[in-house]
Amino acid sequence: MFLNSFTDLETLPPGYKARVVRIEGGRGLVTRLSRLGIVPGAEVTVVSRAPVGGPVLVEVNGARVALGRGVARKVVVKPGA
Amino acid sequence: MLRVALVGQPNSGKSTLFNAIVGYRAVASNFPGTTVEVLRGKALVGGKPAEVVDLPGIYSLHAGDPAERLARDYLLSGQVDVIVNVVDASLLGRSLELTLELAELGLPMVVCLNMMDEARRKGIHVDTGRLSEALGVPVVESIAVRGVGLKELLAAIPQARVPTPPRYAADVEEILTRLAEPLASRGTRLPPRYLAELLVAGEEPPEGAGDAGLNEVIETARREFTSRRGQDPALVLSAERHALALRIFEEVARVTHAAESFRDRVDSLLMHRIWGYPIMLAVLLSLFFGVFKIGGLLEGYLLPPLDLLTAAVEGTVPGPIGKVLGGAIQGLWAGIGIVLPYLVPFLFFLAFLEDVGYLPRIGFLLDGLMHRIGLHGKSVIPFLLGYGCSVPAVLATRILEDERDRLVTAALAVMVPCAARTVVIFGLVGRYVGPWIAFSLYLLNIFVVAAAGTLLRRFLPGVGPGLIMEIPPYRLPALRTMLLKVWLRLRGFITVAWPTLIVASAFFSLIEVLGWTYFLNTLLLPITWPLGLPAAVGVPLVFGILRKELSLIMLGQALGTMDFGAVLSGAAMVVFTVFVIFYVPCIATVAALWRELGRHKTLLVVAGTVAVALLVALLVRAFICLFGPGMC
Repeated sequence: MFLNSFTDLETLPPGYKARVVRIEGGRGLVTRLSRLGIVPGAEVTVVSRAPVGGPVLVEVNGARVALGRGVARKVVVKPGA
Repeated sequence: MLRVALVGQPNSGKSTLFNAIVGYRAVASNFPGTTVEVLRGKALVGGKPAEVVDLPGIYSLHAGDPAERLARDYLLSGQVDVIVNVVDASLLGRSLELTLELAELGLPMVVCLNMMDEARRKGIHVDTGRLSEALGVPVVESIAVRGVGLKELLAAIPQARVPTPPRYAADVEEILTRLAEPLASRGTRLPPRYLAELLVAGEEPPEGAGDAGLNEVIETARREFTSRRGQDPALVLSAERHALALRIFEEVARVTHAAESFRDRVDSLLMHRIWGYPIMLAVLLSLFFGVFKIGGLLEGYLLPPLDLLTAAVEGTVPGPIGKVLGGAIQGLWAGIGIVLPYLVPFLFFLAFLEDVGYLPRIGFLLDGLMHRIGLHGKSVIPFLLGYGCSVPAVLATRILEDERDRLVTAALAVMVPCAARTVVIFGLVGRYVGPWIAFSLYLLNIFVVAAAGTLLRRFLPGVGPGLIMEIPPYRLPALRTMLLKVWLRLRGFITVAWPTLIVASAFFSLIEVLGWTYFLNTLLLPITWPLGLPAAVGVPLVFGILRKELSLIMLGQALGTMDFGAVLSGAAMVVFTVFVIFYVPCIATVAALWRELGRHKTLLVVAGTVAVALLVALLVRAFICLFGPGMC
């Protein structure tokens, strides 16, 4: 359903792979995400999501990173990498 | 003496490696003028003693993050002869970005590929020879938890070499070289190329780096970057480093299929959107229950000899001096009675949960709830520590990136009942009113903390950046690392709180001897009277500021008996305990707050907690009077 359009890590369901397109945030957010390997071009997989507005767990470069919903929303991805 | 610095990303096993190399002789100290902690120790390197420094875990060397900036400035300060870059081999691709940054500092370096067992399990096979060639430095494999590869690492340190600086795309290199030339000719103590990168990226270089008067050249270089790549130069450089790290990774590592890991299956249960929560509750409850059991057991062994000591001293030294000495011994007693039996097991279990990797998972599970009070999942760790002792809880707020988050978390975490307050809750309410009432005070506490958080969110609307937290794989913790962690968290209590406690306790006895208690009690009437407490409770409340459990002992002294059921009504005991839970964090906590937040915010927290304590205690009293007039 997402295959031809961009979406973000908040909406991508668990199990889906995607490639990061851009990060819609200030330099601080971009830097903090880049430290953990979340940069444009990186391949990410959504592992799971916590309920009630909880964070999204993603796998990137073999490491697992929890992103709060607000953060996940700002990571624009192209699904199906 | 050779000075070696360990640098690596968080969870790379750096601390375990450090402990294995230097043993128990580690000394913690802060970076001058800051609260960022470094550990120092001595080790034999190539048969000669060397100083080893464990820097805080960092993902990169950006000046934006305080710990990273300090690490960078420390490395460049001339106090480091060799860098040992500890790398989690199972995350080689990502970790190489920090390695590449370190490679530009112009310092001799050794790369320690740690966690080789985990890398193999993940199907990552690293050709260390080729990695060593690519970076231009010795590369050693290790499994620090099991002590594998340590001898080889120590042998490799004297062979450390200055790395080959990374080479980026031609256009980037051209601009950097052009900027590095005037910097080099002006003489800088930093590698000119590295300084050029910092300046182009718009980062603040370390003091005295020698970039004065070059603003125009720098601006030209920045503009050139932006026009060629259409992006902020800092982003271009970080993207270049990322690409280069991946290229090296692909060159030196072969990735085969990872075995379906048992730990992955455990994880999908422990982090499950439904099952994760009951499991977490069970883990935390058994933690508290276990600590309580062990604490009670140890206390039984520790207290009788101390009681004998007090009696002996008061017996041999008669008169007022004996009383003051007896007070001092009671201070000692309170410290031993709380710290050893309860705090040590608590900190140990918590260190275990942390090093196994469960603590970040609790943060993950509770992030959604924490958002409701304007915080995020990382604040869970200070809150949990708060159940042990508020001092390490306040110090642990450092893990939060945002200043506002640190303030709110610290202000709320000090209201969490620590081990000392637990003694009051169970010693008074639990024993004389009933264990279920005692337990419900914990629920009341959670509710009040949440309400205060919601309120604070109104006053301090946050643009907190939200949760970005690595969830490391489950790992077998090393005993040494856990013990060191317990010691570091305990240290603040032993060096600050305990002496205060002994002096204060002696001082109280002196006040009693001098007959000043009436004056203090009158002064506190505005608090004790509306709460329906006897005036004699005033002094114990004042001294509860020194240590919360002290208020219980003082209460016994003030009322002339330790059988509280005979002199206080159930309602009075509950109201007293509620007030003790919330009002002013103890003096040691105030000192910790002062250090972390500064005077102004500390005073705000102190005033705020008194207001909360008075309000909640009044409400509880009103509630009791409304529903059980007989008890009132």
